[in-house]
Amino acid sequence: MIINHPILGPRDAAEFVYLGDAALINRPDGMTASVETFHDYLYLRDNPAGEHRELWYHEQGDRSWLVVTRNTVTHEITKVELARDVARAQGRSK
Amino acid sequence: MTQVNRIAGGQIDRSQTLRFTFDGIPYQGHPGDTLASALLANGVRLMGRSFKYHRPRGVIAAGSEEPNALVELRTGARLEPNTRATVVELWDGLVANSQNRWPSLRFDALAINDRFNSFFTAGFYYKTFMWPAAFWEKVYEPIIRRAAGLGSLSHLEDPDAYDKGFLHCDLLVIGAGPAGLMAALTAGRAGLRVILADEDYALGGRLNAETFEVGGQAGSDWAAGVVAEVSALPNVRVMRRTTVYGAFDHGIYGAVERVSDHLAEPLPGKVRQTAWKIYSRRAILAGGATERPIAFENNDRPGVMLAGALRAYANRWGVAAGQRVAVFTNNDDGLRSATDLQAKGVDVVAVIDSREGGELLPGIRHLRGAEVVDSQGRLGLTGITVRDARGRTEVIRVDALGVSGGWNPNVNLLSHHRSHPTWREDIAAFVPGTGGPVGLVAVGAAAGAFSTHAALASAARAAAQVVSDLGGKASYDLPQAEDAPVAISPLWFVHSGKGRAWIDPQNDVTIKDVKLAHQENMISVEHLKRYTTLGMATDQGKTGNVIGLAVMAELTGRSIPETGTTVYRPPYTPVALGALAGRSRGKEFKPFRLTPSHKWAEEQGAVFVEVGMWLRTQWVPRQGETEWRQSVDREVLATRKSVGICDVTTLGKIDIQGTDAAAFLDRVYANTFSTLPVGRCRYGLMLREDGMVYDDGTTARMGPNEFVMTTTTANAVLVYRNLEFARQVLWPDMDVQIISTTEAWAQYSVAGPNARKLLQKIVDQDISDAAFPYMGAGEITVGGLRARLFRISFSGELAYEIAVPTRYGDALIRALVEAGREWDAVVYGTEALGVMRVEKGHVAGNELNGTSTALNMGLGKMVSRKKDAIGVKLSGREVLVAEDGLRLVGVKPVNPAHPLTAGSHLLKIGATPVVEHDDGWLTSMVYSPHLGHHIALAYLKNGAARIGERMRAVNLLARTDIEVDIVSPHFIDPEGERLRG
Repeated sequence: MIINHPILGPRDAAEFVYLGDAALINRPDGMTASVETFHDYLYLRDNPAGEHRELWYHEQGDRSWLVVTRNTVTHEITKVELARDVARAQGRSK
Repeated sequence: MTQVNRIAGGQIDRSQTLRFTFDGIPYQGHPGDTLASALLANGVRLMGRSFKYHRPRGVIAAGSEEPNALVELRTGARLEPNTRATVVELWDGLVANSQNRWPSLRFDALAINDRFNSFFTAGFYYKTFMWPAAFWEKVYEPIIRRAAGLGSLSHLEDPDAYDKGFLHCDLLVIGAGPAGLMAALTAGRAGLRVILADEDYALGGRLNAETFEVGGQAGSDWAAGVVAEVSALPNVRVMRRTTVYGAFDHGIYGAVERVSDHLAEPLPGKVRQTAWKIYSRRAILAGGATERPIAFENNDRPGVMLAGALRAYANRWGVAAGQRVAVFTNNDDGLRSATDLQAKGVDVVAVIDSREGGELLPGIRHLRGAEVVDSQGRLGLTGITVRDARGRTEVIRVDALGVSGGWNPNVNLLSHHRSHPTWREDIAAFVPGTGGPVGLVAVGAAAGAFSTHAALASAARAAAQVVSDLGGKASYDLPQAEDAPVAISPLWFVHSGKGRAWIDPQNDVTIKDVKLAHQENMISVEHLKRYTTLGMATDQGKTGNVIGLAVMAELTGRSIPETGTTVYRPPYTPVALGALAGRSRGKEFKPFRLTPSHKWAEEQGAVFVEVGMWLRTQWVPRQGETEWRQSVDREVLATRKSVGICDVTTLGKIDIQGTDAAAFLDRVYANTFSTLPVGRCRYGLMLREDGMVYDDGTTARMGPNEFVMTTTTANAVLVYRNLEFARQVLWPDMDVQIISTTEAWAQYSVAGPNARKLLQKIVDQDISDAAFPYMGAGEITVGGLRARLFRISFSGELAYEIAVPTRYGDALIRALVEAGREWDAVVYGTEALGVMRVEKGHVAGNELNGTSTALNMGLGKMVSRKKDAIGVKLSGREVLVAEDGLRLVGVKPVNPAHPLTAGSHLLKIGATPVVEHDDGWLTSMVYSPHLGHHIALAYLKNGAARIGERMRAVNLLARTDIEVDIVSPHFIDPEGERLRG
């Protein structure tokens, strides 16, 4: 596969490490959220046949975490974003 | 002339003679020959024995689809089993041997299997070798492997090198037959960066095997002209002997170039093969088509071949496969084989045409509405039994029979990406369906465009489309070429008799086996394949699969497209593991990381151990020490008595800086770091989000906004990855920057009562207890050189870790050893390190096993609930905080003479050793030279409350059962007075 890195351009997938569902961005606040909320955050994932937003890490590159939108059936990649930008857009800060 | 079957013509160089041997017998051939063509030229038909029944077998095909003619090529370390004779280019001195026979190819003792064929039907192994289970590995498997099999390995290391390479192109053209050449020419002339790859050594595909004209010249001459033109273009790369074996995502293709397979051994400095990864914007599949046979009784005798192969041997290699030849066909292409052979002067004694109508071939006995129903001959074909349209049978003496059941487009690469082939009734074949790899389009025979004209036209059109898609302009002129229609009336197998008719000669699958599979409800094509082994092994059923489907279709009353076809997967043809490994083998399988003291340690004769990619000193034997424990015990005792030095460079080191660095550490560590004063370090515990302990290490505060974190050796990369995740994704606005400095600093532990005295000799600053207290950290200098000093201890002794820039690591170990001479300083390795940390009760890898919490480790108090940190929330789950959960304890044998066994489980005295009575297990076990007996750390249920209890450590595997006492995990200096000394 080829991942079109938003900063570095097209790179072979072998340079990356896969993590999984980009829902992992939405970590609950440890001081306010319940154990149940954390449980769901950590263990419950969708497993779609189709479009999937997922986290990839450019370990053999610039060490950016990316959110890659990939079709799990065709492997077509339609969007690649810096995970930091996605996280900020979702309201994460400090 | 020894080459009895050599006839005029062909693309071989008769001016040179090549000598070779097969089963020790010398033969001759010419440059341009394959091993198969040369053997046929010499009248050799018997080339192997079949997989299961050990039936005599000869060559069937003329290309990579060959299922039968598998040989062991070369000898010694270069011996290569299961090599298809049809793709081996002849060289002078070639040595080949037949395989799967004993004692000889002509007399094979296991041919007895053929007599018992009614036992060896589909599912035989599944049904027979069921019990007893103890026989599977020791009795059944060796017997089966010996009896049923292919060639044998040399068991020697491959002496040749293999490379991996990467190529980029606008257009990859797969196959260099008429279609592939036309595509490459069209795109190449338009300026695209083109790669043209073909598995053959002669480009031109079928044009080399046919008598057609293209553009008013011989087809092979036209091909040579195009090859010459595109080879001269700087934007076209022509790759012979290169098989594109797989289609992968996003325009990536795998290919193997057999750089030196056509030579006895690679030229100096050259590799044997190169595995290419080809990145293409577009690709054209011009892989041609493969002929399929028609099944009839005893259709596997040497001499029964594909009709197109007979034609290819005559036209391309100047070889008549026999002196008296017949052709059995259901289509016009078979007739072409007969006329080509006749034109070459071969005695074509009959054409058996299963179709009723049509023109009679002039000058040949052309039997219409007839079928071949049986064959004769023990080690080679001597005759065929023909049943004519009126049902009368006749035996015709022949020594070669060409069979044509039609042609199958080579759709394989398209199937690598979910394209299901669709059935075309008019040509009775599967053609590319929709889908498949994005950017790949099939042309020519691979797309069912069988005539030369149709192939050229479809290829030119597709290439022009690619050019235009990529923003260029292409024009082309189609050369004149034949445009014969496909005239076929499907016949898959001949109904007759009770004998066996082979579908898949490589796996000895017959029509009977398909019937049995059907009878036993293995109807789905995927079940059929696995139950009967139809279409497995080196040829993957390129010739026979579709016949199996046709038989199943008839049995189930469905059509062939309804029956479906199995999914082709990479590789298209077998790929040597050596090519996939490339240079990554032996020592180069993965790189070693060497510590800064490695050279010094090597000089001392140190023993090394692999720790991840690192090679670490395990112990450093001294003269007279013959057993590892002698060295390790000495290293431990000397360190505790005086001073020891250990290379700890492999621990992960991460510099963390930024105004939010302290707050960041509070989030990633379970304990608090924001309160850590500058110039001090603290032990940190890192959790996974599920609450389990992930990693530990000490982190020092070098400045208000500057920390140096250490991680375990094993997790250095993973911790860094997680820190990046935390800082980029979880808390993107924190001002924190990180960088791995593991390889930037050489770091040594100096431990023992004399550690300070030793270090004071080489560092420039005062490091007295007052100036540099326990858990102190700071920048220092060593002879003016910048360095870092941390007063931390893993051994439990007064200890420091000193770090200098890596390039001074070798100098520092030598300086430390020299400075330590007056105190008999030792250098200790990972074993002594392990002994001392167990004596001290520190957790390490065995305790950080991914299923243990801080509470389990006796470190529960470190987990701060006053702040949000990764893993803290879920570490509080009910089951994880149970009072009677596992706790870290120490274990020692009641009788000090008794050794402990690692992995032993703890049981109450008198309890039977069953799972319900399991109270815990020994995680780490060492011999403590200090205490003079074995000690261990263990996880024990409700362990904290059980100190002083007497139990048993039972290991059912090692058959040990030792009485032990549960004690504190801190065997040495539990108050920590030595540390603070």
